Amino acid sequence: MAAKTDNNPITMDTFLSGIWKENPVFVMLLGMCPVLAVTNSVANALAMGLATTFVLLCSNALISLLRHHIPKEVRIAAYIVIIATFVTVVDYLIHAISLEVYNALGAFIQLIVVNCMILGRAEAFASRHRLSSTLINGLGMGVGFTIALLCLGSVRELLGAGTLLGFPIFGEAFEPWVIMLLPPGGFFVLGAWLLLFAWVKERQIKRSAAASVGEAAVNAR
Amino acid sequence: MSSSASVQPQKPKPTSSVKLITTLGLIALFSGLLVVSVFEFTKPYIAENQRIALERAVLEVIPGAVERRDFILTDEGVFPKDQAPESGSIIHAGFDEAGRFQGVALEASGRGYADVIRVLYGYDPSCQCIVGMTVLESRETPGLGDKIETDPLFVANFERLDARLAADGSGLANRIRTVDPGAAEQPWEIDGITGATISAEAIGNMLNRSADSVLPELAPHWAAFEQNN
Repeated sequence: MAAKTDNNPITMDTFLSGIWKENPVFVMLLGMCPVLAVTNSVANALAMGLATTFVLLCSNALISLLRHHIPKEVRIAAYIVIIATFVTVVDYLIHAISLEVYNALGAFIQLIVVNCMILGRAEAFASRHRLSSTLINGLGMGVGFTIALLCLGSVRELLGAGTLLGFPIFGEAFEPWVIMLLPPGGFFVLGAWLLLFAWVKERQIKRSAAASVGEAAVNAR
Repeated sequence: MSSSASVQPQKPKPTSSVKLITTLGLIALFSGLLVVSVFEFTKPYIAENQRIALERAVLEVIPGAVERRDFILTDEGVFPKDQAPESGSIIHAGFDEAGRFQGVALEASGRGYADVIRVLYGYDPSCQCIVGMTVLESRETPGLGDKIETDPLFVANFERLDARLAADGSGLANRIRTVDPGAAEQPWEIDGITGATISAEAIGNMLNRSADSVLPELAPHWAAFEQNN
């Protein structure tokens, strides 16, 4: 199976698919646990996005390197051990870099291990592609995931606390919408972003369909 | 029969158990080595971060303190941490620029609304009052329960909260308690927070419990802190 896709060329799409066409949050709805839980501020969203990207890149790189040596019977067990290792590494690193960020993210750092986006990438991409493609695709997915978390985090912090990265935006008179910082706020904002994404995609499809109909009419003349 | 058997696709040969175990074993070995290496590498940085956070919290709750020194409270008295003859409770003491004793920082904890809340509070024996409080750990509701950290009016309760001992020194003379917002009339009462009743009451209860049990033990030893300046 690996040989079939090993030599696929690297294109711009290898990187960009994770950001737009296959965005893990807005299109594939993966990793919803951290998406809803830690996006009550921009700083938390950024830290979680970077931590997940680090785990995604490192684990998928190792899986790609070992893809010809891991028997298929134990591949999931092997992937989980590799992912758990890098989650533990990132847990220690965040603890060493900033105690505040470590306390803010709490148990959700360890829960990166069960983020199905990472295991999904390992099974669907890293185990079938060479290292360079895996790194580029993983980076695109990580950036797409981080952007999605930032989209949620910025709206929730702005409306829920009136701040952005801790800096006040609306002034003293603003009455914060506390619900935006609570779990229901996560669902509301995620729903709104999904709606926007779906609307943009539908508009794109309609436009391309209209363009192809117009082109066909011109050719018919 | 034999011809139909020849067209059937052959089942792939199962991987030997030895190879499966070896593969997983090698991956686990690599993982173990990597985790231990990173743990050893980050250990001093994590310890330093925790020391800085504790020092910052101690100096925050003891006004005027610029230096923290740790002491051990044992049955025989109070000793500097490195000279203690036996183990006991750690007491963080704050000293000003001239090396004068300013007060102690004590830890208290109790059940809040979401989880256990841990706080550090400063006690000044000269006024027999709590002179500062900071939250070390809390998972209270953002925007509501977390006002125990962010509400300036609530935090102002702990600038001079009466915690004097009873005449016999067995406990607090007056029970520290949280009352309704704006209803505090006595110096040992804490004004609560609207919308965060449980969290605010938890703070009052944990301070009362901690001060009532630790201060009687510390009271005979204030001179030991002064002598160690």
